[in-house]
Amino acid sequence: MIDVINLKKNYGKLEVLKDITTTINQGEKIAIIGPSGSGKSTFLRCLNCMEDPTGGAIIFEGVDIANINVDINIHRRHMGMVFQQFNLFNNKTVIDNIMLSPMHIESHDLRVKKLKNFFIKIRNTFTKNKKPIYEINTTRAKIKAEAKENAMRLLKRIGLEDKANVYPSTLSGGQKQRIAIVRALAMNPKVMLFDEPTSSLDPEMVGEVLDLIKQLVNEGMTMVIVTHEMGFAKEVATRVLFMDEGKILEEDVPEEIFTNPKNARTKEFLSKVL
Amino acid sequence: MGNFDKKLQKFWEMFYVNDGYTKVLTGLQNTLYIAIVGLAIGIIIGTVIAIVEVFPKYKRLPKILNSLCRFYVGMFRGTPVVVQLLVTYYVVLPLIGINMPALNVCVLVFGLNSGAYVSEIMRGGIMSVDAGQMEAGRALGLSYQVTMLKVVIPQAVKNILPTLGNELIALVKETSVVSFVGAADLYVAFNYIGTNSYEFMVPYLVMAFIYIMVVMIIALLIKTMERRLRKSDRRN
Ligand SMILES: Nc1ncnc2c1ncn2[C@@H]1O[C@H](COP(=O)(O)OP(=O)(O)OP(=O)(O)O)[C@@H](O)[C@H]1O
Ligand SMILES: [Mg+2]
Repeated sequence: MIDVINLKKNYGKLEVLKDITTTINQGEKIAIIGPSGSGKSTFLRCLNCMEDPTGGAIIFEGVDIANINVDINIHRRHMGMVFQQFNLFNNKTVIDNIMLSPMHIESHDLRVKKLKNFFIKIRNTFTKNKKPIYEINTTRAKIKAEAKENAMRLLKRIGLEDKANVYPSTLSGGQKQRIAIVRALAMNPKVMLFDEPTSSLDPEMVGEVLDLIKQLVNEGMTMVIVTHEMGFAKEVATRVLFMDEGKILEEDVPEEIFTNPKNARTKEFLSKVL
Repeated sequence: MGNFDKKLQKFWEMFYVNDGYTKVLTGLQNTLYIAIVGLAIGIIIGTVIAIVEVFPKYKRLPKILNSLCRFYVGMFRGTPVVVQLLVTYYVVLPLIGINMPALNVCVLVFGLNSGAYVSEIMRGGIMSVDAGQMEAGRALGLSYQVTMLKVVIPQAVKNILPTLGNELIALVKETSVVSFVGAADLYVAFNYIGTNSYEFMVPYLVMAFIYIMVVMIIALLIKTMERRLRKSDRRN
């Protein structure tokens, strides 16, 4: 699904990612672990080009999205991302947070189609060989209604339908993060990227967020998750990547990594955190 | 003090009995018109400039646009507004052959002028919005421009509303130079009263008073708006 080929990322002179190559297959749940500053977040953010790679390729469904001539917005719609700081839109209600992107994208497409049809019609009145117009079987109102229905369904799923019309500032961290997760799901992503989704939560709220992520795991969602929750990684990951100093030093199934690490650095890191 | 009574009486005659107040009302209207429409134009120009200035600059076009904006801002902040008025009215417009009523020229110049100042305010406002907001929008597949317009700018505007109010107050005061190009503002009205009653003390005193009142009312409106915004923050 995602092929990472010789990925490099520099910030000025600082080499943060040094030649990373790996493949993320459909249905895999990949946990990325490693010491602070090892480049885990940078790696994750390169996967959907939130950071532009300095070198190498990210092949997502056959397209090298690291190429700056690719319209990255189209591909990002298929890659959900969840941040440590939630990043809900502060000026939007909960439901508008969820609806904003699906609604904008669909009504934008509708506008573009209408505009194109307009020009095709003008052209058709002046020429013999008629061009077919685009079929339009939706309206702005319909798009909105559908987006709203979908958003409400997602809110029900996490039991927060009564929060639909409040602003994020009144929510707890756990609620915010669960809403951030379903906001990403509203785009029907093919892969979900999580960057330490529970690190800025109070301990009592970690569980509710991890439970939601586990549900996605059970539904077969492909995901990449940077985490310090070793227990969680052990439980849900199908593969664990250990990163240090901008490289993947070891990758294996969790049973192997956690009980029988091969790399000396992995051993040292795990002995500190377990 | 008997002297002052006489002055008051003269003023009142000119102001009320001889319909000087209609001139004052027109003047006040023009003053507010120039300031408010000027600020509206300034907000539009300032927002566009601010977006250009914070836009990532990998490509050539944003770099060129940015230089143009820097030039624009530098020019309008580097010269007094009177000079801008005079140059526009007596140099630029005649040269390009446009004939415009003085009042419209004033609105235009004050709009262009406040655009330069508002751009700095707006840029600060945009930068005060957490970068995570933009990231979240981009991660959802929205373009930079759409995220800017739907998520970042609304939050930026909310943050800078009080500062924009101060800009309005500054504009109201600065409009007192529009008579240089023949627009009729408060100064023109009271000058007319003074000239016709041969007495300037009271008219200018009243003029100062009206300016203070206008500024205080605007300040009060800003305070109310701020309080309302803060309340909605809490209730939501
Ligand atoms: N925008 C940036 N500009 C310059 N340096 C950066 C930037 N972002 C990250 N870095 C540097 O890149 C390195 C890797 O950072 P990264 O955030 O990927 O680490 P991490 O493994 O996610 O760490 P943590 O566990 O603390 O989140 C660090 O040395 C960091 O200082
Ligand atoms: Mg990190």
